[in-house]
Amino acid sequence: MSTPSAVERFDDKARQSFESVGHTTVYRGELLRHPVYTRVLHWTVALFFFLALFTGFALYLPWLFRWITPIFGGGQLTRTLHPYFGVAFVFFFAFQVLNWIEPMLWTAADSRWMRNIKRITTGEEKMDSPETGFFNAGQKLLFWEVVVGCVLYIITGTILWAGARTFGATAVAISYVVHDISAIVMLGGIFIHIYQSTIGEPGTFEAMIRGAVSEAWAWTFHPAWYKQVTGRDPQQAYEEARRQMNSGSKP
Amino acid sequence: MADRKALQTEMISGHSGSSAGHGMQRDLEVCKLVDTTTCIGCKACEVACMEWNDLPFSATTFDNTYQTMPETRWDFWNLIKFNEHQNPDGTIQWLMRKDQCMHCADPGCLAACPADGAIVKYANGIVDFNQENCIGCEFCVSGCPFNIPRFNPETKRVYKCTLCSDRVGEGLEPACIKACPTGCLKFGSKDDMKFIAEERAKQLRDNFGWQNAGVYDPQSVGGTHVIYVLHDATDPERYGGLPKNPQIPWTYTVWKWLFKPVLGAFALFGAVGILFHHAINGPRVAQPEPPKKDGTNPNVNA
Repeated sequence: MSTPSAVERFDDKARQSFESVGHTTVYRGELLRHPVYTRVLHWTVALFFFLALFTGFALYLPWLFRWITPIFGGGQLTRTLHPYFGVAFVFFFAFQVLNWIEPMLWTAADSRWMRNIKRITTGEEKMDSPETGFFNAGQKLLFWEVVVGCVLYIITGTILWAGARTFGATAVAISYVVHDISAIVMLGGIFIHIYQSTIGEPGTFEAMIRGAVSEAWAWTFHPAWYKQVTGRDPQQAYEEARRQMNSGSKP
Repeated sequence: MADRKALQTEMISGHSGSSAGHGMQRDLEVCKLVDTTTCIGCKACEVACMEWNDLPFSATTFDNTYQTMPETRWDFWNLIKFNEHQNPDGTIQWLMRKDQCMHCADPGCLAACPADGAIVKYANGIVDFNQENCIGCEFCVSGCPFNIPRFNPETKRVYKCTLCSDRVGEGLEPACIKACPTGCLKFGSKDDMKFIAEERAKQLRDNFGWQNAGVYDPQSVGGTHVIYVLHDATDPERYGGLPKNPQIPWTYTVWKWLFKPVLGAFALFGAVGILFHHAINGPRVAQPEPPKKDGTNPNVNA
C-alpha cells in the first residue's frame, strides 16, 4: 500500500474514507492500480450505464427489444425510468471525470500511440510503448468519448424529456437522432472496453475488481506508469523476468 | 366495411378466373369533409365526440372567443377553432374550423413512433392510437405537423381523435358527423368527399365571390382523410393555424427506416467483429508469458 499514486486526485478525503469501507490487498509482485473509491465509482457508473442502455434499447427498437420492457415494469415505466438512469449515469461519471481528469489529459505520446495503433491491435507489439503512462491513448479516447457523449445526452435528453410541447417539434426531431447516434458510438466503445479489459488483455479485469495488477502486467501495458511507481526500468525488469523464466524452465 | 370485404368473393371453385364483379367494389378509403363556410360554431360535434368516446368532462377555459378552450386536450379531441379575421377591405369574418386529427395518408406520428403497434393506419385511411402499446415517449407529438397528439401524464399514454374507427368499422358515420345540424360535416369515401368539396369550392368561387375558395387536402403528407373547404385556400393559417405546407421532420423519415436498423446491425456486427479479433489475434498477455502446460516456452523465440 506504500505505492505513491501516479495521480493526485481531486478529493483525497473521499478516497481515504472509501479505503476504510473496503480495502485493497496488494500481494508481492503486484502493484496498486485502482483504489476502492475509483472501483466503486466505476461499477456505479457501469450499473447505471447498463440500466440506461437496456431501457434505451427497449425504446430504440421495441420490435427487437420488447422482451426487456417487462423487466422494468412495462413500456411506460421503462420510458419513465430511462431518463433517471441516464441522469444517475452522468452524475456518477462526473465524479469519475474529476477523479481521472489528470491522467486522462491527452499528450503528444498519445498521438504517437494512435499512429501505431495497428501494430498494437494486431498484437505485433507485445510490449506497449515505453511512453505509455497510467492510461494508454485508447483508454483516454474512450474516456473523452464518454465525456462528449454525456454532454450530448444531457442536452438532447433534456429536450426529449420535456418533449415537443416545451422545446418544439424540430428540436425533438433532431435531439432524437443525436441521442441515438451518441448511444451507438458509446456502445461501440463499451464493446471494445469490455473486450480489452477481460479476454483481450488478461489481468486487466483484476485491476477493477481487486484493485491490484501484477508487475508484469504493469511493465507490459503501462511501462511509463511502472517506472513512475517502482522507479525501475520496465524494459530491464522484463528482460530480467524473461531470463529467470527461461533459466527456470530449462531442467 | 370489413365484413362486406370479407363476404366479397374473389374466386369460386370450378370457375376459371376471378368471379364476376370482383374488384368492382369502390374505394374503401374513408374521408371526413368539413365545410368551414357553413359551420355555425354550435359545438354539437364537440359534445358528440365526448359522449361517444366516453371522455370525462373537465373544466373548459374561456379566452374571450367563441372557442371552448385554447387547444385540444387528451380528453378533448375535437375543438372548433375560432378566429376573427379582418379582410383587406375592413370587413370582419368569423372563421370556424373543426380541429381534430387529420388522419394523414403519410402520418408523421406513425413515422416518429418507436413503439411496436402503438400507432396503426388502417386500410380505410384511419390513423389510430393503440394505447395498450403506447410507451408515452411523446415522439408522435413532435412528428405531427398538425399538433394533435396529447399526452396524459397520469396514464402516461397519448390520445387523439380516432375518426370513431369503432363506429366506422360497423358502417356508421363518426359521432361528430351525426351531430352536425348544418350539414357542414360529411362523411363517405375519399373520392366522393373530394368531389363534393371541389363542387362546393367551385360554387363558392362562381356564385358567392370567394375567388380563392378551395379544398384543403395537403399533398405534402400524402393527402389527409379529413379535408376542408376554405373561403380562401391560399391562406389556411388564418383558420386557427392550419399549416399551409405541413411537413414531417426529415429526421424521422430518413432516420427511422434507414439509419436506425443499419446502425443497430452495425453495433451487433461490431460485437461479432470483436470476437473475430480475438479468434485471429488472440489475447495480449503480460510479458514474459508463463510457460504453457505442454512445457513449451513462448518466450524463447520472442
